[in-house]
Amino acid sequence: MAQPAGSEGGPPSSWGDERVELALANVLRAGVMLAASLVLIGGVIYLSRHGGGRPDYGRFVAEPGTLNHPIRVLRAALAGESLGIIQLGVLVLIVTPVLRVAFSLVAFARERDRTYVALTALVLGILLLSLLGVLP
Amino acid sequence: MTILVLTLALAAGAFLAGLLGALTGLGGGVVIVPLLTLGFGIDFRYAVGASLVAVIATSSGAAAAYMREGYTNMRVGMFLEIATTVGAVLGAYLASQVSSSALAVVFGVVLIYSAWTASRPRAEHPALAPDPLAVRLRLDSSYPTPAGPHRYLVQRVPLGFSLMFVAGTLSGLLGIGSGAVKVLAMDQVMGLPFKVSTTTSNFMIGVTAAASAGVYLQRGYIDPGIAMPVMLGVLAGATVGATLLVRARPRVLRLVFSVVVFALAIEMIYHGATGRI
Repeated sequence: MAQPAGSEGGPPSSWGDERVELALANVLRAGVMLAASLVLIGGVIYLSRHGGGRPDYGRFVAEPGTLNHPIRVLRAALAGESLGIIQLGVLVLIVTPVLRVAFSLVAFARERDRTYVALTALVLGILLLSLLGVLP
Repeated sequence: MTILVLTLALAAGAFLAGLLGALTGLGGGVVIVPLLTLGFGIDFRYAVGASLVAVIATSSGAAAAYMREGYTNMRVGMFLEIATTVGAVLGAYLASQVSSSALAVVFGVVLIYSAWTASRPRAEHPALAPDPLAVRLRLDSSYPTPAGPHRYLVQRVPLGFSLMFVAGTLSGLLGIGSGAVKVLAMDQVMGLPFKVSTTTSNFMIGVTAAASAGVYLQRGYIDPGIAMPVMLGVLAGATVGATLLVRARPRVLRLVFSVVVFALAIEMIYHGATGRI
């Protein structure tokens, strides 16, 4: 069936060229694998050091200055703190869908679809503001 | 109970949640919060943080597999993401303003809705006439079938967009994927074919959850000690579930899981209403 230029649908790929999609699938897979590996490594170190302790999660405690910002998480992970490494893995995981949006922005730009470049940039902006802790 | 024992128990529970979520198509996220709060007495806020991480893990894991099938409608997804990400940030903000007891009651109600949706057969509603807004936004598309591309029209765009805002808000408020509301909006309202709505909604779930995750992280809801076993358990469970079952969805299992989710919902509402959460 005839497709209007820049529209999606139809084999072999739904939008853009197939290499972009394949690259994206690999990026997603690699992101999840990297995240899981970091969490696992951090988890093993954490349990070997603190596994015998008593957990205390019955009441929420908001501790200021802990692992609640990307910069602080990175610093803690680089310092070899087990919880920092876990949290870095969690951050990598959170970033994978953001990467997917960024890839879509590139794909829409290649199709010269201005409306969707603008819409995608808006979504990406909201995601970045939220991640960097600018939003309430 | 030591940290080691709790971690192993959480990982086992999350594995089961991921497995059942993948096998039934409900997603593992819906049972993580009840499991953590009711089963392990973990604070509601830590539970929603860990649940949100689990939701992103399953979404990105599945997306890598779905990607090359050509069903995802990126325009529909990206357009609706505006509603879900704004909703998610609002929901994450509201989560800190509302008591955990009230959130538990809302959670229970959403769970009942999810269980009810999952127990019913899905019906396709193909559109007959094009929606002018869908035409302007070039949302209408096609997906590959063995017999060639199958065209479909997207209908009732404004209502679908509004429902997606609700789905995003619930996702940010409760740390869930809101798959049931997204399916309602895409299948029932916008008339997307199943394969398209399933893969597109999976893409959207990850992006929506990432929008609230930033806020959750900043608030300290994402505790690495809890997120670790939950994320690894759910990922392993979802992977095994996907291998066990490539396409078909067993109806009996869906029904059983719906009943379990329904029972958890009642428990959540009871604990919330009596102020125990």
